[in-house]
Amino acid sequence: MISPSVILLLGWMIIPLSLTIYFSFLRYNLITPTGNPFVGWENYYWFLTDPSFKAAMINTLVMVGGILLITVIGGIGFALLLDRPMWGQGIIRIMVIAPFFVMPTVSALVWKNMFMNPVNGIFGRIATGLGFEPIDFMGQIPLLSIVLIVSWMWLPFATLILFTAMQSLDQEQLEAAEMDGAGWTSRFIFIVLPHLARAITVVILIQTIFLLSIFAEILVTTNGGPGTASTNLTYLIYVSSLLQFDVGMGSAGGVIAIILANIVAIFLMRMIGKNLDA
Amino acid sequence: MARSVSNRAKALNTAVAGTLGFLMFFPILWIIVLSFKTEEDAIRAPLEVLFNSGWTLESFFTVQERSDYFKHFSNSVIISLGSTFLGLLIAVPAAWAMAFVPAKHTKNVLMWMLSTKMLPPVGVLVPIYLIFRDYGLLDTRIGLVFVLMMMNLPIIIWMLYTYFKEIPGEILEAARMDGASLREEILYVLTPMAIPGMASTVLLNIILAWNEAFWTLNLTAAKAAPLTAFIASYSSPEGLFYAKLSAASIMAIAPILIMGWFSQKQLVRGLTFGAVK
Repeated sequence: MISPSVILLLGWMIIPLSLTIYFSFLRYNLITPTGNPFVGWENYYWFLTDPSFKAAMINTLVMVGGILLITVIGGIGFALLLDRPMWGQGIIRIMVIAPFFVMPTVSALVWKNMFMNPVNGIFGRIATGLGFEPIDFMGQIPLLSIVLIVSWMWLPFATLILFTAMQSLDQEQLEAAEMDGAGWTSRFIFIVLPHLARAITVVILIQTIFLLSIFAEILVTTNGGPGTASTNLTYLIYVSSLLQFDVGMGSAGGVIAIILANIVAIFLMRMIGKNLDA
Repeated sequence: MARSVSNRAKALNTAVAGTLGFLMFFPILWIIVLSFKTEEDAIRAPLEVLFNSGWTLESFFTVQERSDYFKHFSNSVIISLGSTFLGLLIAVPAAWAMAFVPAKHTKNVLMWMLSTKMLPPVGVLVPIYLIFRDYGLLDTRIGLVFVLMMMNLPIIIWMLYTYFKEIPGEILEAARMDGASLREEILYVLTPMAIPGMASTVLLNIILAWNEAFWTLNLTAAKAAPLTAFIASYSSPEGLFYAKLSAASIMAIAPILIMGWFSQKQLVRGLTFGAVK
């Protein structure tokens, strides 16, 4: 009974994957038919030595790193906060989690126009109101703007996972530590943080896999620009394969993207595997 | 509760968390407000928008007239429901077999299925695009249904597996002792117990498919474009029409926001693959 799923997934994985690898060794451009000769590692060479590849790699790292930093620290903060006794906790939690359900194109456009637009956006108006020169977010700090937008979308995810993990924390252990005179900081460092360590790792790994593929947010805000200032690896591959019609080059990029994602995936799969026997 | 908490501490917590929660929610709230304004009012200063301008439904009608919102809405519905239920059809037997008749390799198979989910979509963009072009699947709903089903199939199988796993085996034995046939066992014992898990799985996958914005943007043009692509068309210069962009956005996210609120718990289970409980 598992065979339909296995066959489908196997086909889904092997056919495109082997085609990607195959194309990556061809000179294959959709607008200049050259008969697609085999060119060995040429595409990889050109892809890897292209200055925009270096820019895209740095941007990808900055994006993933920045978003992880904001969402993990913010997520721990929110999880601790929501775990405290308060009124209306359910409603507050819903408000915090809501951004996760907003589709990427909506979040990106709303932030770009309603908040980050230098003239009519709320940030711009606040800056002007205080007598500052408003920042042109997408022109001057495109990468940071995208980091902020995507962080807003993923902070709820980190919060939700860490909050779930917090609830399995043994309250009596905390109380015992408190009785023994442990202050808030030492309780946090020696009890809460070790308890959350596993959940934090999971958040980091899963988010990294998704964040490596950020695409729509870039497409509707900066188009990767100005220049390549906000182009990540995913977007660069999209540009070379679907905009420049360079199938060979795009495929070589695709193979590199797969290798990068797999490095993260190996660690993630190990953690899932450990938990599977339970 | 083991220890009593003073009302003052509670009030302070509520105030801090409430403020931060409100800030997180503010962008959504703001587009709700703007969607009920005229274009001229929507670009005024925020305080004036709130306290010094009228309310109107005009933008919602304009969005429908100008860009046929319902066509994109129905594309989204067909694609997300279609991919989810097709996926369910294929996943239920697999998850069922792995949960109730585990074999030696079940764990490895499951892990391998999950690993297909870790493949970055952009790594297979080129071949999928070319295959779709050659077989006339570009900009068709059926093509997207298939791709999104394949994207979410590992998650569907995984979630169903964990839910089925939770059904205690003793109940099956008890039913057998009472003389239930296999058919009765499945129909009257297992199915009722499996339905809540299946419902959660469906819910989460509709959300994921609805918001998917890599394949839907790359494989559609006009005909089959779902709401993600519809909103993307506002990127420029139409994005400057705040009221219309807001109205379109609200209509695109409202169904999923409501569903999302019901599925917070399943989200943790489905997206962490059981690594966090």
